[in-house]
Amino acid sequence: MAGTGARIVTFHVRRYDPATDREPHWEDHPVEVTPGMTVLDALWIVKEAAPTLAWRSSCRMGICGSCGMLINGRPRLACNTQISELGTNVVAVAPLPNFGIVKDLVPDLAPMFEAHRELMPYLLRDDTDEQDAPTREYLQTPAELEAYLQFSYCIKCGCCMAACPTLATDAGYAGPMPLTQAHRYDCDSRDAGFRARREILSGPDGPWHCHYAGECSQVCPKGVDPARAIQLMKRQLVFDLLHLRRGHAPASLAAPPAGTPREGIAAAPAPTVAPPGQGATPRSPGEAVAPR
Amino acid sequence: MRERTLWTLHLGAGGLVLVFLALHMAIMHLDLTGGPFGVAGAKAVDWASVAERAREAFFTVTYVALLGAALYHGLFGFRNILLELNPGAAARRAIDVGLSAIGLLLFLFGAWVTLAAPGAASAVGG
Repeated sequence: MAGTGARIVTFHVRRYDPATDREPHWEDHPVEVTPGMTVLDALWIVKEAAPTLAWRSSCRMGICGSCGMLINGRPRLACNTQISELGTNVVAVAPLPNFGIVKDLVPDLAPMFEAHRELMPYLLRDDTDEQDAPTREYLQTPAELEAYLQFSYCIKCGCCMAACPTLATDAGYAGPMPLTQAHRYDCDSRDAGFRARREILSGPDGPWHCHYAGECSQVCPKGVDPARAIQLMKRQLVFDLLHLRRGHAPASLAAPPAGTPREGIAAAPAPTVAPPGQGATPRSPGEAVAPR
Repeated sequence: MRERTLWTLHLGAGGLVLVFLALHMAIMHLDLTGGPFGVAGAKAVDWASVAERAREAFFTVTYVALLGAALYHGLFGFRNILLELNPGAAARRAIDVGLSAIGLLLFLFGAWVTLAAPGAASAVGG
């Protein structure tokens, strides 16, 4: 161990199996930690001693949003948290609060995704045929992209929901993630769904119970700033009520670039799923189609 | 729709309370700005000045408006706190009806006091 920078850190892990346990309990597992090791790496070592320990993880690089958990009292991604940056010899790991527990460190995210789905976090437009089988691109300026870009970085890890003090007591509150994603599409110049989302957001499921504690933005591992999105959403909805909101026509379709040389540009990969209503057999993922 | 409207009114009431509080401070607690509101050389906080202002329509309107705005702002904020306790549908309804009734009663009582003030002031020699 000498010279490698390794040290022993105790992992204080919260365990709970609803099938066998009446209530959660804690287990201590010493782990030899080396520089660069993440909490997720350490959990794999803990699992050697406690094979039934359960958690979610996938990408190991802060993209999939699976491994959100409460680490030393703060919601974080286990794969994105270096043990050395915690600066403690004991690391407490528990499931994300404000959610039910499926098992051990696995939170039940179903209510979050249900609220997410209810707020229609996708482009709502009349030209559904074009969306199902795109022929061209929607026009969007860099400034229009900037309006929602930050909010589109959300990976739905649930850390913001776990940190939200309103959600801790108010189960009816939609929460930072679903509201931010609703706002992300309300801000998108390609979208025409503000009125449809407004019907839900103007009611008790809207942003009205947020009192701007800002914890969601503090813990967001992707810098999305849900608190800002929720305040902007409130402003948008109030301005709409007062007839002061500047609406926009949904972005039109861009004409295909004419006269632009296409040689040397790699062809788009073939769709792996056949468009609705067309029973054609999907091509294999690696198979290319000729550029249009 | 309802929550959005109530919340917007909450914001508006808060703004109105701020304006009226600024007016109150300017009239009652700052010599420079409150001086002109004193009657016959009396200070703005003296009884004679208070009674005189109670007879003026401008102040009667501002008193009632402040009462309404402060009651709405305060009771709506209190409602938000109670709703965070996660009440059921029936309790939620009871909170809405109960706080509305309390607010209305307090407003009617306060408005009656404001409107009756000029007569009362005259009766005691104001």
